[in-house]
Amino acid sequence: MFFLNHIWVIPLMPIASAAVMFFFGRRLSKQAVNAFCVGTIVLAFAWSCLAVYQYSSYAAAHDNAPFEKVLFTWAGSDGVMLPTHSGHPAPFKAEAGFLLDPLSAIWLLFVTGVGMLIHIYSTGYMAHEGGYYRFFGYLNLFMFSMLTLILGNNYAMLFVGWEGVGLCSYLLIGFYFQRHSASTAANKAFIVNRIGDASFLMGMFTIFWYFGTYRFTDITSVARSGQIAIGDPWMIAITLLLFGGACGKSAQLPLYVWLPDAMEGPTPVSALIHAATMVTAGVYMVARSNALFVLAPPSMKVVAIVGALTAIFAASIGLVQNDIKRVLAYSTVSQLGYMFLALGVGAFAAGVFHVFTHAFFKALLFLGAGSVIHAMGGEQDMRNMGALAKKIPTTFKTMFIATLAIAGIPGLAGFFSKDEILWQTWSRNDGAFRALWVIGFITAVMTSFYMFRLIYLTFFSQSRMSHEAEHHVHESPKSMTVPLMVLAFCSVFAGYLGLPPSLGGTNRFEKFLHPVFAAEAHQSAEAVPAKEEEHAPPIEYGLMLLSIGAGFGGWWLASRAYGKAGKGYVEPIDAAAQAVYTTLLNKYYVGEGYDYLFTGRKKLGPIRLGAIGLGEASWKFDANVIDGTVNGAGWITRLSAAFSNWWDKWVIDGVLVNGPAILAKMVSYPVRLFEWGLVQWYALVMVVGLVGFVWYAIR
Amino acid sequence: MYNHILSIVLFTPLLGALVLLLIPKEQKNAIRWVANLFSLAGLLISLPLIPWFWALRTQSGFKFIEGAPNTWIPSIGAGYYLGIDGISFLLIMLTTLLGWISILSSWNAIQDRVKEYYVWFLVLQTGMLGVFMALDFFLFFVFWEAMLVPMYLLIGIWGGPRKLYAAIKFFLYTLLGSVLMLLAILFLYFHHHTVTGAYTFSIPELYQTAPQIPYHYAIWLFLAFFIGFAIKVPMFPFHTWLPDAHVEAPTAGSVILAGVLLKMGTYGFMRFSLPFFPQVLDPIAHPAVRGTIITLSIIGIIYGALVSLVQKDMKKLVAYSSVSHLGFCTLGIFALNQAGLSGSLLQQINHGISTGALFLIVGILYERRHTREIAEYGGISNVMPVYATITMIMFLSSMGLPLLNGFIGEFTILQGAFIESKAWAAWAIPGVVLAASYLLWLYQRVFFGPVNNPKNEKLQDLTPREVLCFVPLILLAFWIGLYPKPIFQIMDQPVQQIVQTVRPDLNKPVLAQTPIPSAAQALPVEAGK
Repeated sequence: MFFLNHIWVIPLMPIASAAVMFFFGRRLSKQAVNAFCVGTIVLAFAWSCLAVYQYSSYAAAHDNAPFEKVLFTWAGSDGVMLPTHSGHPAPFKAEAGFLLDPLSAIWLLFVTGVGMLIHIYSTGYMAHEGGYYRFFGYLNLFMFSMLTLILGNNYAMLFVGWEGVGLCSYLLIGFYFQRHSASTAANKAFIVNRIGDASFLMGMFTIFWYFGTYRFTDITSVARSGQIAIGDPWMIAITLLLFGGACGKSAQLPLYVWLPDAMEGPTPVSALIHAATMVTAGVYMVARSNALFVLAPPSMKVVAIVGALTAIFAASIGLVQNDIKRVLAYSTVSQLGYMFLALGVGAFAAGVFHVFTHAFFKALLFLGAGSVIHAMGGEQDMRNMGALAKKIPTTFKTMFIATLAIAGIPGLAGFFSKDEILWQTWSRNDGAFRALWVIGFITAVMTSFYMFRLIYLTFFSQSRMSHEAEHHVHESPKSMTVPLMVLAFCSVFAGYLGLPPSLGGTNRFEKFLHPVFAAEAHQSAEAVPAKEEEHAPPIEYGLMLLSIGAGFGGWWLASRAYGKAGKGYVEPIDAAAQAVYTTLLNKYYVGEGYDYLFTGRKKLGPIRLGAIGLGEASWKFDANVIDGTVNGAGWITRLSAAFSNWWDKWVIDGVLVNGPAILAKMVSYPVRLFEWGLVQWYALVMVVGLVGFVWYAIR
Repeated sequence: MYNHILSIVLFTPLLGALVLLLIPKEQKNAIRWVANLFSLAGLLISLPLIPWFWALRTQSGFKFIEGAPNTWIPSIGAGYYLGIDGISFLLIMLTTLLGWISILSSWNAIQDRVKEYYVWFLVLQTGMLGVFMALDFFLFFVFWEAMLVPMYLLIGIWGGPRKLYAAIKFFLYTLLGSVLMLLAILFLYFHHHTVTGAYTFSIPELYQTAPQIPYHYAIWLFLAFFIGFAIKVPMFPFHTWLPDAHVEAPTAGSVILAGVLLKMGTYGFMRFSLPFFPQVLDPIAHPAVRGTIITLSIIGIIYGALVSLVQKDMKKLVAYSSVSHLGFCTLGIFALNQAGLSGSLLQQINHGISTGALFLIVGILYERRHTREIAEYGGISNVMPVYATITMIMFLSSMGLPLLNGFIGEFTILQGAFIESKAWAAWAIPGVVLAASYLLWLYQRVFFGPVNNPKNEKLQDLTPREVLCFVPLILLAFWIGLYPKPIFQIMDQPVQQIVQTVRPDLNKPVLAQTPIPSAAQALPVEAGK
């Protein structure tokens, strides 16, 4: 049980290597960087496989219980007691603890597996870029965060990884930091994610207040104990707040806006972070909280509706985009919508299954797109591509397989997972869910259309390249094509892990996850009851046929529209309805709307709204009103001091003190006339007096 | 040494100031060396406190007591009476650390009147330490006022263009608060005499009598203390002296001002307002008192962040971000539960670390380019990569990224606030989003993009001395982020004691609390269901 007991080593390996990169990376050769950064991920993958293998025997011996390992108390302590909802105080503490159960095992395997392939691919893709060590340092830091997210045994640990992957996403989107658009996209990603994180944090606070702990196992056991009624308002609040967090991280309406812009990062980053792993963190978190979600049927409905709307919304934008990576970005948003739809209808295992298959074919699509961009010398606009199939055959073949998989062509991974979601949506006993099924079905047609549009515009049709570009085109090195082939293999065969009984399989994937969702299957049946009698094969087969039709239908439409596209080809949507086309091309103007209303980067007429507008108003208020009052108080003090000075000088000192003095002076003046101090005058007065006296006497 | 550790720590900087007086003012480098040696000595000599205090952390009451009540001026009952608990211990360690860092950072920045500068700085250091150590109100007030003068001079002599305005504003505003506080102290003093027949300024003794003052007197005393401390923190709307003082102060002055001086306000709340006036703060009998303070805190959080967002001067931006961060601290204190108080104290330390570092960061660019206008910069990470990396780490710490210090504080405060009222946490939490916005936007404008301004092309990256200033701060940021448990353990005892005094009933289990709280209290998001 060595590997299982030391499961915390898995995230530790990449962070150690990242630390080496940050301190010494500048001085290391590319080979050394590869040895450290790729080597640790290979090790992490091997360790993960062994740990999961050991877990299977652990689970068999412990009644399918999750494996938990607590290292130390991280935040808080046993001494910090807080009152809780139950009336019993609970210690506020979050542990550095790790947990492995089937759910985290699946994430662990595909994150390290796909991560490893993408690391290898990156050694080829980034070979000629500056900041090689910085790139791999960030990539390893990302692996650390993602693994912490998956392996944490409580919400606080999950949040550590959650914010950590957000940071790495920020750093990697802004990797080309000299480009203004890249740093802006990076900021957007971080800040929009933070909005979701704020909601997630509120959810965590509510969880602690309600349950007195952040630990998954404790929360799950209380939630499943039957003490909490289904539809408990606090469960609804908690789950909606958590889902708010998921909307940020997993790019759902209305917080999806950052993901398409995130394509400013290097393509391997888009594949690893913005397609295969990080963006599925929201799905993981909701699946992890399944015990709470089943207690809150209204939240489940919100999740399903938001998921379905996001799926069709993003797919419709994807129909007309010209940048190859943007098509894939919107496709990712749309596929994530499918996953949430699955979670929302209570088909947790189906949602996770789609995460799993999507990780392979979407990573493959992005890496393939990267290979195309690499071959084209940086060109991303599909309008300037065409007829590349023969020039870069490996890229073409693998990407074509991934397209078949995502479009839902039978026999490949995406078909099984997507079909499972649609079938589960249909089979809920609520008419409203049929509407969601319709949305999901239309989205499937759109998915197939935009993916084959991408394939035709890039690999078939006529070459629309400039001559220099055409001359430059070359197949990518082995380090890039081998990961593509491995992923292509998985894109075909991963689906067979979840082969449904109706096709003669046993759905091993769902069985594997059974311990995690087992209780829900029963409870969600109450919450969102399924029509058992409808689980009859005829309808399932009928729907399956429709799904197949959707896949092939989209393909057929795309081949008609773009099969022979030459220079200046016509977009069919543009030809049919120009207004619709412009709206879609401009992504429904959501970005502009947000800039007017929420960020305040654009002025609405003379007024600036949003955060910046509020900031400017507050700043004016601060400088004029608050500081004005302070300065006013100072001014009044000085004014009253000046008045006091005047009063003192002229009234107190002038009238009251000097006044009597002046009076006395005035009164004394006549008297003073006799006291001039001149001896001659005195003599004169004496003489005059004497003369007068004598004259008086003689008379 | 063990028995006199507090006095030694307290007077080491003052001794340094006296030694500096003996050096001729022309010998600037000698002065710098001596000042740095004494500030380093001040830090090193405080380090033994860590293991010593750790051993005593679970004991109740004040530790390392020195002197006794009524021994200094017995006729009025004033004493040289020092002692610390977990709260003051942490703030003292922060003070000795930041004191050393800010003196180290001033090496090149100060060229005029070098001698006076260091003398005043060391005097300031003693004043600050005294405030945190004093257990006698008279002594406390002496230190409290004594600290104002050096800070006033540091801003007024070595400050920027509007230094006189800023210095006088700082001095008068703070003095206004102190005067009110003095009146309240005197009331407590005479009240103690009325009750016990003895005159004393001893804080532990006043703890016994003050809570018995009837509410209609106590509310005025509380207000007098509150205004004094709220100005110091500063809480909205008493904050406008802060941006002016920060913008004009020299870098080291800003570091100390943000790092330590502001904490005197929050320290005052924890040391005096809460234990003296539980009758005023009783959330059930007088919800409005606490409600008002919390409202001001939340306004401070959001408003400070919004104003930060639109600043064009980096230092002013950081100054307003302090208003926002200190709003979290006061929110935590007046949540009046253990998580709130612990989180608040931790966040005070964190703010000292992160914001102290942010002022150093701004100061480094200012020393090189003599401007703090954001628009003057761009693409700095091309020319100063080490500086850019350190800045990124400190920005992340300031915005509360997990595994760095800021997160632990904010998280604990918000959880504490949430327990008291869902709405408080909900209103405060946009501050977290805004913090990311103003910091990342600042980072983008200063560090990312190409170097557009030719004046920035040849900027020198950090010197080893400058790196040395940041190293302890970065290490602490990571340590608190990764393993804050020891700090929580140090805070547990004093915080429990405060909660026990203010709300004796808080953590008694309330059994059979039925039914589930009404949905009217529920979160805004629930309205949409």
